[in-house]
Amino acid sequence: MAGRMTGRRTIDVDVLARVEGEGALHLVIDGDELRRCEFSIFEPPRFFEALLRGRSYLEAPDITARICGICPVAYQMSAVHAMEDALGIVVPEPIRLLRRLLYCGEWIESHGLHIYLLHAPDFLGYEGGVEMAKDHPEAVKRGLALKKAGNEIVRCIGGREIHPVNVRVGGFWRTPRKGELGALIPTLSHARDLARKTVRFVGGFDFPDVTRDYEFVAVGGPGEYPFNEGRVLSNRGLDIAASEYERHFAETHVRHSNALHAHRIGHGAYLTGPLARFSLNSALLSPLAREAAAEAGLGATCTNPFRSIVVRAVEVLHACDEALRVIDAYQEPDAPFVDAPTRAGTGYACTEAPRGLLYHRYRLAEDGTIEAAKIVPPTSQNQPSIEDDLRAFVPDWLTLPDAALRHRAEQAVRNHDPCISCATHFLRLEIERG
Amino acid sequence: MAERLVLCCGNPDRGDDGVGWSVAAQLRGMAVPGLRVVAMRGAAAELLDAMNGEADVVLVDAAVSGASPGTVQVIDCAADAPLPALGGASSHGFGVAEAIGLARALGCLPPRCRVYAIEAASFEPGSGLSGSVAEAALRVAETIAAG
Repeated sequence: MAGRMTGRRTIDVDVLARVEGEGALHLVIDGDELRRCEFSIFEPPRFFEALLRGRSYLEAPDITARICGICPVAYQMSAVHAMEDALGIVVPEPIRLLRRLLYCGEWIESHGLHIYLLHAPDFLGYEGGVEMAKDHPEAVKRGLALKKAGNEIVRCIGGREIHPVNVRVGGFWRTPRKGELGALIPTLSHARDLARKTVRFVGGFDFPDVTRDYEFVAVGGPGEYPFNEGRVLSNRGLDIAASEYERHFAETHVRHSNALHAHRIGHGAYLTGPLARFSLNSALLSPLAREAAAEAGLGATCTNPFRSIVVRAVEVLHACDEALRVIDAYQEPDAPFVDAPTRAGTGYACTEAPRGLLYHRYRLAEDGTIEAAKIVPPTSQNQPSIEDDLRAFVPDWLTLPDAALRHRAEQAVRNHDPCISCATHFLRLEIERG
Repeated sequence: MAERLVLCCGNPDRGDDGVGWSVAAQLRGMAVPGLRVVAMRGAAAELLDAMNGEADVVLVDAAVSGASPGTVQVIDCAADAPLPALGGASSHGFGVAEAIGLARALGCLPPRCRVYAIEAASFEPGSGLSGSVAEAALRVAETIAAG
């Protein structure tokens, strides 16, 4: 089917593949016009904020880690930073560095999986990673090796690969010996080579020539590509502390989704994640990552969401470089964690999960019991922008037959690596043409 | 007896998805010579890693094929046989079936590799195994132990 369409078309993706969690896409097309576009998340609500109430502040990192099996470190990091904000704890440099290293591990394993097994098949014309592996075994092996390298970092510092158990408010339950981190160097040096190849591999894909005028929101600040610390910045002048987040961002419920939709108050939809981090902080990437980005055709910013796979590859390279830098700089701390007396108060934190900004706020009673918690994951922040991407791009794809249109629409959603399990806190695709 | 690796997949906190771990516990209790038993979640990358370089691997997982609960299907992976929907608790849908598919595509499938797929009744969080699934776990453990 090609040429001008007449009548109503309904395109439904009932369960979106190659994303984390359960969601759907529903497009209604009347002739040449996209009437409705709904990216709905039907993964049931999980009520984590409510079950945190009444628990000790020390339990937040381990409870919130359970929100996601792909990015548990992000939840742990936002939780400990927010608790430390509430309790006035400042961690020493070795702890700060170990947290950056732990986050590097999560980015490497999460991005590695997404690039090779979830996203690359879209560009190379395969149903999935298994089908792609038959024709591109070396590429898939690279992806698996990167994922394993990231996992090794998380296991070394976090105690295990998924849902690490070693993260504590104030630091860690146990900090690694210098030699334990040193044992990671050969794996990470090899991973850095694989990451360099990955940037070249994905940089050669054929990308639709599109751009979007996003408001990018990411943690940033002088000196370091963001993981754990920094102010919340946007390319439209926002520059706030995490404690001011709720004065500038709000969540609303929409009928078609179990995930709340976030917007910047007075501005509208915005985007967090690799494109935002890169566009606001590309000057802070390691020299090798900057060089690879330039070779792959990226400028200082990137507004084509289909190129997010290249940005992820650049971030993997940066994370490998940063991990090796941290291991080199690491000095064993005097104590594994900083303790402090509990006190009543509220703490805030924003850190950079692989998929984007992750906000936590906790109100504590005097004895450290959690009285209230608020968590805003990246996917609920990105949902409105994902729908806006489809509204912007689908009108140019309407001459495509349903199957091709469905695939393009799914790819546009996968550009943002949505984590639906986190957000319920992805995809049936329905396309109705009329 | 020749060395065999038994990879028991699932999540013991998710009803019948815990059947793999139940088989693992029974096999450990039997202490069969030459049998190495590992209980794991069953994510594809983790499984590929575990299978790498092995000559004889047995995988155990819960299945959802529409058969009656407790039905056991034995699939010879080397024969390119299709796999039923397994476990389902892995992230991004990358579990046992995808690990076998990737291992086939990448040429690293162990020469001998069989899957025991035990039909589940319920994946209710926090509940134990259903009666028929618990009985099947015992039968599967005995069969694997007998070689």
